[in-house]
Amino acid sequence: MKWTFDNDRPIYIQLVEQLKLFIISGILTPGQRLASVRELAMEAKVNPNTMQKALSELEDLKLIYTKRTSGKFVTEDDKLISKYKKALALEKANGYLQDMQKIGFNQTEAINFLKEDRK
Amino acid sequence: MKLLECKNVNKRFGRKEVLKNVNLTIPKGKIIGLLGPNGSGKTTLIKLINGLLEPNSGEILVKGEKVGTKSKKIISYLPERSYVDFNMKVKELIKYFSDFYDNFDSDKAYKLLDRLNINADDKLTTMSKGMKEKVGLIMVMSRKADLYILDEPIGGVDPATRDYILDTILTNFNEGASIIISTHLIADIEKILDEVIFIKEGTIYLTGDADKLRTKKGKSIDEIFREEFKC
Repeated sequence: MKWTFDNDRPIYIQLVEQLKLFIISGILTPGQRLASVRELAMEAKVNPNTMQKALSELEDLKLIYTKRTSGKFVTEDDKLISKYKKALALEKANGYLQDMQKIGFNQTEAINFLKEDRK
Repeated sequence: MKLLECKNVNKRFGRKEVLKNVNLTIPKGKIIGLLGPNGSGKTTLIKLINGLLEPNSGEILVKGEKVGTKSKKIISYLPERSYVDFNMKVKELIKYFSDFYDNFDSDKAYKLLDRLNINADDKLTTMSKGMKEKVGLIMVMSRKADLYILDEPIGGVDPATRDYILDTILTNFNEGASIIISTHLIADIEKILDEVIFIKEGTIYLTGDADKLRTKKGKSIDEIFREEFKC
């Protein structure tokens, strides 16, 4: 898993986003056991407390869950994963439409632009 | 219990006030950046906490007790300038540390040195500056301490060494312990900090949770620092 950060936004929020993306994109698969907080923190080169905070947030979002003795696991709820996937796709699509609007494309033009030959 | 508490600490050198009414609390299990420009009083504060200097007034408590033999046992301190005899071999240095500190883990030190391909029979004099810094850090991180205080651990080393040092800090501190890292090279370390303390002209200027500060100001800690300390 590859981790990147901007220093001007809270690190834990960026951890949540990246872990979410790992789940949505299937890099972390449903039911997969996560490495320990400390191991994940080492991998991302962040403070274990920050990683803990990010994992708690993912747990609130129900994207991961804790089995009391054996650690944390990725949710097996495919519907929930698709829901987050769709939400993220919507966000990206809206971002695209907004950017295109800034350079003078209305929505239909922006959509058609994607369908046309873009070479 | 609070790990470290500074109450109205003042320190003068002659007529110069180096620390003015410093109040601080350091909890358990946090990585804290002590950030300030050169001459702001970082090292003086650290020396006070380690009992190398005495405050003119005020009080410093480590786990509720005054600085002394007990506090030195639970604080592992990396000074800005090394105090070890560079004529020593690495294995002599390890022996020296394990004689001095009950909580020094020689096996761990050897393991970490091994990873750097440092031979136990190497003399410190034969090593580069960066390598000496790494050895110093390994000694300090090989103690099972409650508080690690690292004074400018990444000053004057190349970026790869900096990464190694940060990695070593993150992977090796005792669980539940706290770390105070003093530096003015903020961009390099801000990712690993829980909390920051900004010190300016001997006064605590700003303290807080690193992520909350980023949210509040919409900026990196490095940028906030540059703004607050504009020359």
